[in-house]
Amino acid sequence: MNHQQPDSIRRLRLKAEEIRRRCLQVIFNAKAGHTGGSLSATDILTVLYFHAMRYRSDQPDWPDRDRFILSKGHSVESFYCTLAKANFFPDSWLDTYGTFQSILAGHPTRKVPGIELNSGALGHGLSVGVGMALAAKMDAKSYRTFVLMGDGEQGEGSVYEAAMTASHYHLDNLIAFIDRNGLQISGPTESVMTLEPMRQRWESLGWDVKEVDGNDMAALVDCLDNWQPVGKPTMIIAHTTKGKGVSYMENVASWHHGVPTNEQLALALSEIDARIQTLTEKP
Amino acid sequence: MTQTIPCRKAFTDALLANARLDRDIIAVSTDARGSVTLTDFAKELPQQFVEIGIAEQNAVGVSAGLASAGKKVFVCGPACFYVARSLEQVKVDVAYSGFNVAILGVSGGVSYGALGATHHSLHDLAVLRTFPGLSVELPCDIYQTRQLVDDLLKHPRPVYIRVGRNPVPDVYNSTNAPYEFGKANRLLDGDALTLIGTGETVWHCLEAGKQLAAMGIKARVLDMHTIKPLDVEAIVNAARETGRLLTVEEHSIFGGLGAAVAEVVVQQAPVPMKLVGIPDENAATGSSTQLFRHYGLDAESLVKTVVDWINL
Repeated sequence: MNHQQPDSIRRLRLKAEEIRRRCLQVIFNAKAGHTGGSLSATDILTVLYFHAMRYRSDQPDWPDRDRFILSKGHSVESFYCTLAKANFFPDSWLDTYGTFQSILAGHPTRKVPGIELNSGALGHGLSVGVGMALAAKMDAKSYRTFVLMGDGEQGEGSVYEAAMTASHYHLDNLIAFIDRNGLQISGPTESVMTLEPMRQRWESLGWDVKEVDGNDMAALVDCLDNWQPVGKPTMIIAHTTKGKGVSYMENVASWHHGVPTNEQLALALSEIDARIQTLTEKP
Repeated sequence: MTQTIPCRKAFTDALLANARLDRDIIAVSTDARGSVTLTDFAKELPQQFVEIGIAEQNAVGVSAGLASAGKKVFVCGPACFYVARSLEQVKVDVAYSGFNVAILGVSGGVSYGALGATHHSLHDLAVLRTFPGLSVELPCDIYQTRQLVDDLLKHPRPVYIRVGRNPVPDVYNSTNAPYEFGKANRLLDGDALTLIGTGETVWHCLEAGKQLAAMGIKARVLDMHTIKPLDVEAIVNAARETGRLLTVEEHSIFGGLGAAVAEVVVQQAPVPMKLVGIPDENAATGSSTQLFRHYGLDAESLVKTVVDWINL
């Protein structure tokens, strides 16, 4: 119940809903975007940027910042909206998404303040994250490196090369997420290519594996607050719902990169606005 | 004279000497410390050596991550694997993302001649020169290799460097081994034609140029150590002043040095050209020397090619 939740959780939920709202507007305006995966990942992005990570949005290259890599680069819309909300760049930039020569391309690039890696080709982010985490160890720096992968992305062999290296070098400053929404572009992940038992696979690779409801803000906060370095990298399998927060998009594979019509957008925003209103009401 | 150490060793020796004084210099390898000649580096500076195991894709990605944190990263292994298996990481994590990673591809071209096409890298120049932001550089002897290492440390950049496996004859010496990024070196001057080489073919071009001079054919010889960015001015001048160009590369005749030079020539100073390289076939197997001879890349073959061409 909302009136029973700590205020910090309420505020994070509110942020997540505001990001979802903006994300849908951005996709609608551009008539393009990866809607389903952007929405499933929104709560993870929110908890990272507004609770867990250290950074300075006015100094994106601050050497001691925590690093974040969106390895599932196609979910860029909610990422851009998160960065704008975190003041890395003005919200007005979001209105340029999808226009000719916009600084906000259809996948992340380092031209955008706050973005660490040009991504979009799957199976790259974890390796780069390993390099960042390794550098922190070499320099005895305390920053942490976070990498968000998709579940469909787990089909890329390079992911497991990176996984081996992370555990080999005991990179307990590396925290990866899998946005386990169960769907990829062609349908359910398990029908495209079996990914289970995901937990055991990652444990066998030498990772400390946690599972969490990736759309439950309190659970995400709890998971990250209770994280401690244990001599091995951490994998958080975040069970999420693709299209989370919009009733007709949830768990529908075709919303992977579906764009809402006028009417669909209005319905989606009304659902989100109702939650925003509830979350805005002071207990 | 032919050296006793190969360019890869000259490279890693120079790297080690610098790394002793700079803990941010990091060498990354993929179970290839022996073939790259990083064994001494790994022994002496284990904290600056990152073993990745046999996983080139990961090695390049990890290198990008290290570079993003300010490390001066040299990821080293056989050229054939780095420019094929990990090509997407080179494209995205290094070139597109713009991280200053130096990719040292050793035993490039047909250095591993006897091992077959899996171990040949005859497509690397063609592919990599199309990646915006990545430079492509081939030193031709140990002296120039040392200069290149200095230059890379002074001016870090996303770069692919290709060197061969075996010791090669000197083109330069310890007091004269110019390496200006993007600027070809003129080794001989003449007006009959220009021979343009890169990497190991430079010595053969120079040697052919000397033999031709003795026969009364004055050839200009250019060391095109930087394939990208290409020294357009040197090419245009060569075309205008010598009237014909012969390119010599340890690479497919498609898309490499010859093609890069031809792109300039046809647009800015059209003159007859000949492209010497490996034809469109899986290269024969044999020693590097045998293959250079077989495909006409060695000095003696080049002299014959030039004489036949000039006397047409």
